[in-house]
Order: sequence, then structure tokens, then C-alpha cells
Amino acid sequence: MSAILDHLPEFWQGLVVTLELTAASFAGAAVVGVVITAMRVGPVPVLRAAGTAYVEAFQNLPLLVLLVLAVFGLPEIGIEAGLLVTSMVVIALYEGAYIAEALRSGVNAISAGQGEAARALGLTFGQSLRHVVLPQALRTVVQPLGNIFIALTMNTSLVAAVGVVDLTAAANRVNLLEAQPIPIFVGAGLAYAAVAAVAGFVTGRLERRLAVAR
Amino acid sequence: MTAAPGRRRASAPSSTLLFDEPGPRGRRRIRVATVVGALVALALVALAVRQFAANGQLAADRWQPYATWPMWRYLLGGLWSTALAAVVSAALAMAAGLALALGRLSHRRWARLPAGAYVEVVRTIPALLLVYLVLFALPRYGVDLPLFWKLVVPLAVSNAAAFAEIFRAGVLSVERGQGEAALALGLSHGQSMRLVVLPQALRRVLPSIVSQSVGLLKDTSLGFVVSYAELLYSGKVLANYNGLLIQTYIVVALIYLVVNASLSKLARALEARQPRRRTAGAG
Repeated sequence: MSAILDHLPEFWQGLVVTLELTAASFAGAAVVGVVITAMRVGPVPVLRAAGTAYVEAFQNLPLLVLLVLAVFGLPEIGIEAGLLVTSMVVIALYEGAYIAEALRSGVNAISAGQGEAARALGLTFGQSLRHVVLPQALRTVVQPLGNIFIALTMNTSLVAAVGVVDLTAAANRVNLLEAQPIPIFVGAGLAYAAVAAVAGFVTGRLERRLAVAR
Repeated sequence: MTAAPGRRRASAPSSTLLFDEPGPRGRRRIRVATVVGALVALALVALAVRQFAANGQLAADRWQPYATWPMWRYLLGGLWSTALAAVVSAALAMAAGLALALGRLSHRRWARLPAGAYVEVVRTIPALLLVYLVLFALPRYGVDLPLFWKLVVPLAVSNAAAFAEIFRAGVLSVERGQGEAALALGLSHGQSMRLVVLPQALRRVLPSIVSQSVGLLKDTSLGFVVSYAELLYSGKVLANYNGLLIQTYIVVALIYLVVNASLSKLARALEARQPRRRTAGAG
């Protein structure tokens, strides 16, 4: 137990990095997801194909491969952002594909009459997407988005493998000093479980609040 | 190739929700958007090529090695190890997942509670943390596994929870009447589960099982951390040896992409076959 208490600052620092990564990449992934969804449900065949190709590519590549490619490969072609920023961008691009897929299933779930009514009122494609379709689609996919958020939180731990000192890396470092793996890794695991539990609680509440009676 | 038009047609009614058949002005706008989209894509490609060229990474001798067999033999060896790790951990995870799912669905408390707790807890622990636990914690207690198992065990432990949820969803999706009818015929609980409910449940969740297996195959890239020579770690070793970092990792990424995309395609093909079979059964 003292192994954790003695190193609380390190754990705290790691947790903060994990939370920063989670929040920033989820925000980025949400933007990517909405843009890709708009491309995929729009009328332009080229953009639809590009959106589908994006989702396919990022869902079929391991996140760790992308992280390694970005962190060790990109400096080779003169692209050097900080380690943390690179990781955030990579995670955002990766999870964006999952959010796009969830959103598209949400768009497909709303009834055709909604889109037709929006067009009958004279709304353009962008307007009907923004004011009519997406707000409803979002409500139906609160639960999947919550699951993606939890998966994203778990996935941020992979940055430890490319040198970012997040919660997982902090636990690993403390363990190298203290050599008490069980309490240290269980403590870190509990912290992740707590983040996931909060996310689950919030999405549960949101889902009940936003549920559309049909 | 032949599947593509069918798939497009199948998804057409829902995804054309947001626009009508374009008129003359709509078609003009679509043409403009197509040109703009193509230009943006071209600009991105040009930018990438410029960055590669400016840093001398386009030079033929930096790509030449990947046109030779020894490099590919080494990477394909890594892919083989990836496949081996994926298959073994998938088998273990599925077996454990099935047991956990049945435990969670059991009427007996002593089976239900631990299985439920396992699934809920493991779902919220990153796989990398489990890998670290096996790497650093177990040896202290005298359990020093071979490299292969240091990768397979944590993957099996974490994916068992995911498979358990898939199997449970499958069993719950089978109509209650099926199990009740089996009981009415005089089958025991175990028999009705094994002979009537599970075969139907497994068939329904087959696409989810394949896509979860793709996820597991992606997770084997954690061999990078364990230093088990699967595809990504082989790539790392190769890159450190020949100094071609970005080229090697791009090749590795492409291999993953091809393998996983094929498996995902299989999952979609299985999914496309599903409703037909179910309606045939119901009719």
C-alpha cells in the first residue's frame, strides 16, 4: 500500500496525462467522426467512397501500429510534433473512424420521413443534417458513443509503449522503483475502472434524459 | 469484387436518406464537389510526396529492400507468429468467454456473480496493463512464462470478457420459446442449452465473433511491448537493423490492413447471409 502512497504525485501526474489524452482525443475524434459521417451520407460519390475508405482503413489498423508509425516514422520525413500532441492526433484519427461508424448507424436508424420533411421545408443538405438528422442520430447512439469513450480511455494506455508517461507508464515506473507489482498495477487498474464507471454512469443518465419516445 | 455492387445496393435505401435524385443544378454541384474533393486529395498526396522527397526518403535505395524476398520472408515470418498468437488467444478467449457467458446466464448465484464480476472488471482494464502485470508481476511470484504466453495470456484474459458479452447477447437473442420447448420435450437444462439454444445463438453472433477476432488480431501488436517477434516487433527489429524506419512501418501497416480488411470482409459476408437464413427458418 505504501508503494502507492509514497508515489502519489507520480500516479497523479500519470492520471492527469491520461485524462488529458482522453478528453482531447475524444473531442478530436468527435469532429473527425461528424465530418466523415457527413461525407458518407452525402450525395457526392467520391466523398462517400473516401469516407468509407477512411473508416475501413482506420478500423483495420492496430492503434499501436499507427502510434509507432507516427512517433518513430514521421520525424523521418520532417514532421515533428511533440510526443503528446502526436499521440492525441493519432488516437483522434483512429477513434474518429469508430465514431463515424456509430453515427452512420444512428443516421440510418432515423426514419426516412425526417429527411424528406427537412427537404420539403427547403433545407439544404447541410441544414437538414445539422438541424434535423444529426441531433436525432446522436440521441440514438449515446450508448455506443459511451462505449467508444471507454474503449478510447483504455486505448490511451498504448501511448505508454511509445514513451508518453501516462497512468500505465507511471505505474510501470513506480513498479521498477518499488518492485511491488500487485498493489501498483491493481491501483492503476482501479483508476481506469473508475474513469470507465464515471463514463458509464454519465452515458446512462444522458441516454435516459435524451431518449426519444417513438 | 462481385460482392461490391450487391453491398452497395443493400445499403442504398438507408444511406440515400438525405438527398433526392439530383436535378441539373444538383448534378452541377456534385461535379464541383467531386473536383474540389479530388483536388484536396491530390494536394494531400503532393504534400506527403514533397515531405518524403525533401527528406530523401523517396530515394530508390530506401524502398528497394522491400522488393526483395529476404525482407518479406522475415516480415511474413512475423505475420505467421501474429497469426499463431491470435489463433491461440482467440481459442482460449472463446472457450473462457463461453464459460463466462453460461455462468452469467446461470440460475445459480455462485456461478452468476463471479462471472458477472469478471466481465465487468476486465472490460475496464487496458490490455497493456494486463501485459505489464504478466511481464513484471508474475515473475516475482515465480511464474515466468515463455514470451509467447506472455502475450497470449493477457490477450486471452481481456478478450474473454468481450467474447462472453457476445455469447450472452446471442443466447438472449434466441426466442424464449426455443428453450421452453426443449424443456417441454424432456431435455435437461444442460441439454436444451447445448442442443437447442447454443447452436442458434452461435450462428447469430458469428459476425460479431469474427469482428472481435479482428480486434484481437490488432491487439497482438502488443507483442511490440513483450518483444515477442510478431509482425510489429519484427518490423521494429528490421527497422533498427536497416534504418528504414518509415518505410518498414508503412509496409507493416499495409500488411495489417490487407489481412484485417479481408477478415472484416468475411464478417460482412457472414452478416449479409444471416437474415436470409433466419427468415427461411421462420417461414
